[in-house]
Amino acid sequence: MKTIILLLVSSAIVNNVVLSQFLGLCPFLGVSKKTETAAGMGAAVIFVITLASFVTGILYNFILKPLDLDYLNTIVFIIVIAALVQFVEMVLKKYVKSLYESLGVYLPLITTNCAVLGTALNVVAKDLDILTGTIYGFGVGIGFFIAIVIMAGIREKIEYNDIPKPFRGTAIVVLAAGLMAIAFMGFSGIIN
Amino acid sequence: MKNIKNPLLERLLNGIIKENPTVVLMLGMCPTLAVTTSMINGIGMGLSTTVVLAFSNACISALRKFIPNSVRMPSYIVIVASLVTIVQFLMQGYFPGLYTSLGIYIPLIVVNCIILGRAESYASKNPVLPSFFDGIGMGLGFTISISIIGLLRELLGAGQALGYQVLPLSENGHLGYSPIAIFVLAPGAFFILSFLIAIMNVVRDKMAKAGKPLSPAVGSVFTGDCSGCSLKSTCQGHITTKECEREE
Repeated sequence: MKTIILLLVSSAIVNNVVLSQFLGLCPFLGVSKKTETAAGMGAAVIFVITLASFVTGILYNFILKPLDLDYLNTIVFIIVIAALVQFVEMVLKKYVKSLYESLGVYLPLITTNCAVLGTALNVVAKDLDILTGTIYGFGVGIGFFIAIVIMAGIREKIEYNDIPKPFRGTAIVVLAAGLMAIAFMGFSGIIN
Repeated sequence: MKNIKNPLLERLLNGIIKENPTVVLMLGMCPTLAVTTSMINGIGMGLSTTVVLAFSNACISALRKFIPNSVRMPSYIVIVASLVTIVQFLMQGYFPGLYTSLGIYIPLIVVNCIILGRAESYASKNPVLPSFFDGIGMGLGFTISISIIGLLRELLGAGQALGYQVLPLSENGHLGYSPIAIFVLAPGAFFILSFLIAIMNVVRDKMAKAGKPLSPAVGSVFTGDCSGCSLKSTCQGHITTKECEREE
């Protein structure tokens, strides 16, 4: 239990996927204009990363590793993730209309998101089994959710401020992300 | 001789200067921020991306008449992923040190939006040779920019260039450079990028006033939304339309 909590905290906060690993910057800056949309995107990412780490974990442990095919990791993972996202979108559209309306629109955008592939590859690199890999994926998703929602909150406030002209637009947003990264560095003392 | 008349050279220069993927188009920011902790990492990442970009452009261009439009994205991804795996093996074999320090960012070249963006916007519409040179030009533009960013971060953060101590550190009471360590850490990457965007905003303004506007930046790092995304066709611009609806 203790290791699971440690794994969650380390993947969500200490090694935040956006702020310390720079994965998933496109949606982080692209869909963070409003807190509401940011939360939708964050939820979709949690969902997809958890599912993707589970499925790639099964594939890796039962097919790729026993057959000594782990050099095919990158190709297999990216195809599986792309297919998975399309499949989930179709299932949600047909059976869970309400969830589709809140998450569905974000799903295709996540297909080529480096956070998802990066997490699947990280699970393999860290040698986690299927269960801990899935938990790690969930933690990464939570970390993305936290980062993008905070970012959206900051961006909503930035709108009302008088910013020096060259920094208007995304320059100030990236600077804010840097300050957030400093704040998140403070957590690195929690886990050795 | 007017070099620029040569179409292949024009492609090279287009990638390096006119449509520089990092500085002008603002694409591929994940590796730009993640691996530029030192200049050598930047060069390694840039060159491996260049190889993948040149050959993926050539392959996609050669197959452009055979790939059905509806499955073009998955096909591109498979081609790029295969090339990345080859590059990964070569690096593991010949540059093990660099391979370890770049880590998962090598396989992540697959999802670098410069590569799929060039495949979608150039290689799928043009013959093989220009596409190949377009890939080399774009790749070199990327390499040069991230090497310079890497050099800056290394210099500010450790007083080093390519691993050599160029700024003497202060020790034993001798006056010297005290490194600003934050620049080699994660937040420093964001700060450097922020200043790069701000400087480019000024340059953009100046060039527009001089009547020579730069190519528009398309990366979400610059636009702040998904409007310029090269993969918009795969999500049919869902996000942007939804955001617009809410604003109205």
